[in-house]
Amino acid sequence: MTGAPLIEVEDLRIDLDDGSRRVAAAEGISFRIDRGETFGLVGESGCGKSITALALIGLLRQPLSIGGGTIRFEGREIQHLSAAKQRQLRGNRIAMIFQEPMTALNPVSPVGRQIAEMFVLHKGKSWREADKLAVEALASVRVPAPERRVKDYPHQLSGGMRQRVMIAIALACGPDLLIADEPTTALDVTVQAEIIELMRNLCAERGTAILMISHDLGLVANVCRRVAVMYAGRIVEERGSADIFRAPSHPYTRGLVASLPRLGSRAALGRTRLTEIAGVVPAITNFPGGCRFNPRCGQATDICRTVAPGADLLEAGGLVRCHHHA
Amino acid sequence: MLSFLFRRLLQTIPTVLAVVALVFVLFSVVPGSIVSSMSDDADPQVELRMKKQLGLDDPVYVRFGTYIAKLATGDFGTSFRTREPVTFMIAKRIWPTLQLIFTAMAFSVVIGVPLGFIAALKPGGIVDTLAMVVAVSGLSIAKFWLGLVLMYLFALKLGWLPSFGYGDGGLKYLILPAVTLGVSPMALFARTTRAAVLEIMTADFVRTARSKGMSETRVVKWHVMRNALVIILTTVGLQFGALMGQAVVVEKLYSWPGIGSLLVDSVLQRDIPAVQGSILVVVLSFLAINLLIDVLYGVIDPRIRYA
Repeated sequence: MTGAPLIEVEDLRIDLDDGSRRVAAAEGISFRIDRGETFGLVGESGCGKSITALALIGLLRQPLSIGGGTIRFEGREIQHLSAAKQRQLRGNRIAMIFQEPMTALNPVSPVGRQIAEMFVLHKGKSWREADKLAVEALASVRVPAPERRVKDYPHQLSGGMRQRVMIAIALACGPDLLIADEPTTALDVTVQAEIIELMRNLCAERGTAILMISHDLGLVANVCRRVAVMYAGRIVEERGSADIFRAPSHPYTRGLVASLPRLGSRAALGRTRLTEIAGVVPAITNFPGGCRFNPRCGQATDICRTVAPGADLLEAGGLVRCHHHA
Repeated sequence: MLSFLFRRLLQTIPTVLAVVALVFVLFSVVPGSIVSSMSDDADPQVELRMKKQLGLDDPVYVRFGTYIAKLATGDFGTSFRTREPVTFMIAKRIWPTLQLIFTAMAFSVVIGVPLGFIAALKPGGIVDTLAMVVAVSGLSIAKFWLGLVLMYLFALKLGWLPSFGYGDGGLKYLILPAVTLGVSPMALFARTTRAAVLEIMTADFVRTARSKGMSETRVVKWHVMRNALVIILTTVGLQFGALMGQAVVVEKLYSWPGIGSLLVDSVLQRDIPAVQGSILVVVLSFLAINLLIDVLYGVIDPRIRYA
């Protein structure tokens, strides 16, 4: 790791304003991503991973807002930049792919035009030039016959093709960071693998860092070099992705790893039930005191119910927030 | 596309027949006839002769059959009152009505749609509040009252515009009736547009557009507008039908020589062929406009294509 990180998030808090009071939907979020690095955020729905991504790209909308902390992009704080300055980064330097390729594209605009917009917005191109560049962009995401496909509307494309278009849009201006929020959740499994492979290869070629967000620990560990696990609005463990499978440290991570189905387990162990984590994720407005995982944790003691654990650095690298970590 | 148009045209035939039949039945059960509307104490002998002359003494189904047969050849019949062919009467009246309706529509779209857009950009803001006050008032005001107020103000007090009549068909005669007719659709378009834009602003593709680094103005111009048009177009199409109905009141109020006032006069005097003809023309225009709107859908929204 040389020089400043590409993006550095420090003690970020995201507030949810429910009209009468503000509650922290996510807090104490800190992580850094270097140039060209792949970093994953994993957690259940509602753990705060998507809003963290939206905060990074400046797209939080009421009732959500940044309540504190800093986001530094290339060493410069960006969370308080003017709307116009933020727009210069957004799409151009930091791009994002969303979960639903069905609805994330404008249904009444040809896909080529939706790609071309990027060149008009950020590269000062004319529509004519931009339309040409859109064909190239579509070719780069391996869409066959791109010169014809640019005229297609989203409903004429399959889910996988639409997500390729989304990737083409996101990578059009050669961003430094690509945020992929559940990019393959809505796709079927075979297409999933293709899309992930495409995204990873294109980013590797161009030196684009990836922040991948998913509930799928296996998928994230497969794509990313480092993984952070979020639970109830906090990062509970951050590790190299090989380590997190080999020796998960936080009880929640251990539960997640244990609950993954394994090929061949039936042959080895006979028919067994998949392990599950007892209980449910607490609601944002009703987070428990102390460690937020304590009501569901088998190892919880008195201290877990009163004191929120700080970050402990692990010898093997990475950090964990648990009073009793392994 | 052509086969779609052809099918749609065929589908209008039953609608037209149903309307014709309905009006026919209605006028055979309402009391009174052209004869009784002309004089209260007509000689029964004369009344009978007149009825025979006009074919009114035949049973309803015979009259209906004759009418349909004539209609198929493009003959709308002859007016009881003026002895003119109904087609001729309508031909004279159709242009003023179209003028009135299209001007009212243009006025309401040009004011209402932008008003809705502006209101939606800052919901709850001062512009939004004002626009919605205008919209609610516009929808609530009775047309005949608004017409009288406008006449009083612009014709009587200020003397800027003629108070009624068609005159030479110039624009100054058209303004007051068109505004009177256009206020309520204008209000409706403002509300519909605002609601449509607000809904579209929450769509995923709008978030995508923002993630591209687009300003809100561009988001609206490049992505929201066209999507909102689909919804607005539906409302516009429906309002055409409503305007034809409401034109009757406005035409009567301003003594506008259109289909609407022809219809009212003909109804009052039980001039059945003229009533039939006027209603038929209104229905046909409504169907034609709906067809046009359906075609426009396909132009705006590529997901809608007709095979």
